Amino acid sequence: MDITGLTAVELGKKIKAKEISAVDAVKASLDQIERVEKDVHSFVTIDWEGALKRAEEVQKRIDDGSLTGPLAGVPAAVKDNICTKDMLTTCSSRILENYKPTFTAEAVRNLEKAGAVIIGKTNMDEFAMGSTTETSYFGVTRNPWNLKHVPGGSSGGSCAAVAAQECPYALGSDTGGSIRQPSAFCGVVGIKPTYGTVSRYGLIAYGSSLDQIGPIAKDVTDCAAILTAIASHDPKDSTSIERKGYDFTSALINDAAGMRIGIPKDYFTEGLDAEVKEKILAAVRVLEERGAAVEEFDLSLVQYAIPAYYVIASAEASSNLSRFDGVKYGYRTEDYEGLHNMYKKTRSEGFGAEVKRRIMLGSFVLSSGYYDAYYLKALRTKALIKQAFDRAFDKYDVIIAPASPTTALKLGHSLSDPMKMYLGDIYTVSANLAGLPGISVPVGTDSKGLPIGMQIIGNCFEEKKIIRAAYTLEQTRTYERPKLVKDLAEMKRKEAENNGKAI
Amino acid sequence: MAKQYETVIGLEVHVELATKTKIFCSCSTEFGKAPNTHTCPVCTGMPGSLPVLNKQVVEYAMAIGLATNCEISKICKFDRKNYFYPDNPQNYQISQLYLPIARNGYVEIEAGGRKKKVRIHEMHMEEDAGKLIHDEWDDTSLVDYNRSGVPLVEIVSEPDMRSVDEVIAYLEKLRMIIQYLGASDCKLQEGSMRADVNLSVREAGTEEFGTRTEMKNLNSFKAIARAIEGERERQIELIEEGKAVVQETRRWDDNKESSHAMRSKEDAQDYRYFPEPDLVPIVISDEWIGQIRARQPELQTEKLERYKKEFDIPEYDAKIITGSKHMADIFEAASAICGKPKKVSNWLMVETLRLLKDQGMEPEEISFSPENLAKLVDLTESRAINSSVAKEVFEKIFAQDIDPEIYVEEHGLKTVNDEGALEEVIRKVIADNPKAAEDYHSGKEKALGALVGQTMKAMKGKADPGLVNRKLREMI
Repeated sequence: MDITGLTAVELGKKIKAKEISAVDAVKASLDQIERVEKDVHSFVTIDWEGALKRAEEVQKRIDDGSLTGPLAGVPAAVKDNICTKDMLTTCSSRILENYKPTFTAEAVRNLEKAGAVIIGKTNMDEFAMGSTTETSYFGVTRNPWNLKHVPGGSSGGSCAAVAAQECPYALGSDTGGSIRQPSAFCGVVGIKPTYGTVSRYGLIAYGSSLDQIGPIAKDVTDCAAILTAIASHDPKDSTSIERKGYDFTSALINDAAGMRIGIPKDYFTEGLDAEVKEKILAAVRVLEERGAAVEEFDLSLVQYAIPAYYVIASAEASSNLSRFDGVKYGYRTEDYEGLHNMYKKTRSEGFGAEVKRRIMLGSFVLSSGYYDAYYLKALRTKALIKQAFDRAFDKYDVIIAPASPTTALKLGHSLSDPMKMYLGDIYTVSANLAGLPGISVPVGTDSKGLPIGMQIIGNCFEEKKIIRAAYTLEQTRTYERPKLVKDLAEMKRKEAENNGKAI
Repeated sequence: MAKQYETVIGLEVHVELATKTKIFCSCSTEFGKAPNTHTCPVCTGMPGSLPVLNKQVVEYAMAIGLATNCEISKICKFDRKNYFYPDNPQNYQISQLYLPIARNGYVEIEAGGRKKKVRIHEMHMEEDAGKLIHDEWDDTSLVDYNRSGVPLVEIVSEPDMRSVDEVIAYLEKLRMIIQYLGASDCKLQEGSMRADVNLSVREAGTEEFGTRTEMKNLNSFKAIARAIEGERERQIELIEEGKAVVQETRRWDDNKESSHAMRSKEDAQDYRYFPEPDLVPIVISDEWIGQIRARQPELQTEKLERYKKEFDIPEYDAKIITGSKHMADIFEAASAICGKPKKVSNWLMVETLRLLKDQGMEPEEISFSPENLAKLVDLTESRAINSSVAKEVFEKIFAQDIDPEIYVEEHGLKTVNDEGALEEVIRKVIADNPKAAEDYHSGKEKALGALVGQTMKAMKGKADPGLVNRKLREMI
């Protein structure tokens, strides 16, 4: 049986029906990891032995009837900025290269309560700063659809792991698009929930007012089931919001009748790749055929979202990351003279270039004399963007946008020009600034065979509307997976041949 | 003629609140425990941990704000103050800058026979830092995070004080109010109350403020007084020499009785304050303020008036007793039990104050229970023991909080009221001292005193001296 080809919910059903054991499921994931990991490099840490042990324990609880949920016994991976007790949690940074948390993040605890078997921690841009997973201290993750391309970021490891079938699903985090953009690049589905829906307790903060943990999986059904498992009101997170209901699977309805869809004109102008635009508009037409009313509108303020986002996220990051100082845990420089020098050397050596850039940017915008001009102005912009969305959601149930201006770029393409990389977040950062939920669903591939993702944004607390739209769309097309995964050996042989010819 | 100078002083007072748990986690605030035993991921700033505000902190802060006539902010927020130091595990302190919980208050003080208002600019809530222990021998520093996250309020006054007396009066007033509210024990020595002094001088009669300095590390009223005198002299000297006072933070060394500069305004850190994104704004409703106001206990001034009216306690005594919340609590509890407030007050005013003075103790350190004091009053009033025995018993109560009833019983200190037994002793005393009896009969009144003494001695002090006197006169 092709276990790794199954979705999480399909696998859960088979485990429940005793067709597959939790141990078999974990073994299948570990086998696949063994096959593809050296090429894809989705993981920072793989817990080979622990995963099998936990699978056995979970299987016992399935057998004695205490675990009955749809995800019981299904393996999962967790982004490496989400704390897992006694399991390395590095944020893909040298400064946390040896850090093992003393507690497990609330979202992961919720998953474990649902019977998930955590197999490892996925690679990411260092401290979630980046859109390509190239800023990881532990090396880049490659896109399973084409190893010369990036998987997107910062949850690139989680998305690549799902696309490469190393695990049925994974958790990611999204501060400015870090779930939705790599989901688009890797042809998988990812949800960034409404701010406050999933507890941030145990998520190592980047931009605290924007960060949300969310699911990454092969399809919408999985994402709805995972979100149902991880969402909770957590008294340990003051920004956690008590919601009326936490069952998102009831929104898996294949029908868009009466749905009002808004298309922000400003999102479909220059800068958007023609093939991406075409595939998204085609998907919109599908929803229209399924009964949705589609209308273009002016969202406004679009050009201010990126600067506002980078000011706010960097400001918060500059403070959030100040605790990494070599005093209590993590990396400490070897030779130093006195406290100040220890701080300086530890942080100079422990952080990568992109993290340093954002710490400097954030420190600058908060410094006295600049606070009003930058930080306060960004906060005001954030409030205005929220108002613009409020107005839009008076008229529309969901808003449809690209997840990224292009498909996955080639490795090394973005790092040389950070400004260009920042601008790539244009369609995703607004949802974070306004606290809105967003989902990224695959809508086909471009001429290079790389996946295209479409983003559906909903009003706060209206995940169900975006899930329904995404599910309806998904039902009209079959799931595509990267051929690469099965034919890795083949692909490598060809590559070698090509190289041989070139010589 | 030499110029006259006026000292202008404002205070920043930090007070540790008496909550059981810390401000952002559920760790205990208990003082003096083994290092790093009252810690968790939150108060040690572990990655991924998040603060959750302790509601009791807000309520104590509101209570202090109301008692100091402040406006309570309807919406208040926390901000991050960013600075690197190992006692601060996150390298930022969660404090309040933009929207503090209370503003624009005042307290009334009395100094040098004059009443005056000292205005409070603002009061905010924040977390305390851990404690660094420097091991000079090993050339290392160790951190104890037990104090990290202990709740503080910082009360910032306007520059309204002009003398040491006013500063001490202000601090004592604040301490009194806060102790009465039960919001803190306000012990300077233990650091649960700390004051930074902002001081400048100006020529008497001028309006403009001089350049101020801030002095830290003042942990007793005496140190504060000495630091103010020292800094005033230092600044006047500079001005007289035609030099400028530099705006800076100075550290007071109470052993050397001098201060030295810690950092100047130019080196002042940029704390890069910004709103704490991990905490939501606190919305304070009129209803909530009303609840806190209704729960507000009687403060010293109100208590003092009531003691005078209700118990007929003289102003001076009432002031002393209410001068310590602890002593007032003992007074009220003991009075309620025995129903004799004036007698209770006497024990506090005379014997208690004497013993406190002898032993160099503060009223806060009184450790006996009101129950035992009340029992002693009852024993004395019912003449079960005489006054010299009572004093002896009280010393035991003061020292060990013994139960006077049991103690008197066990040590056989009860006054003997058996007239037959007494008469027998008296007969013997008269028989043994014929000379004294003779003297008395011949008009020497003094001689009776000697016989009383003999009788008391024979009774081992347990007789009622009045009764002995009467019986002797009858029988001699």
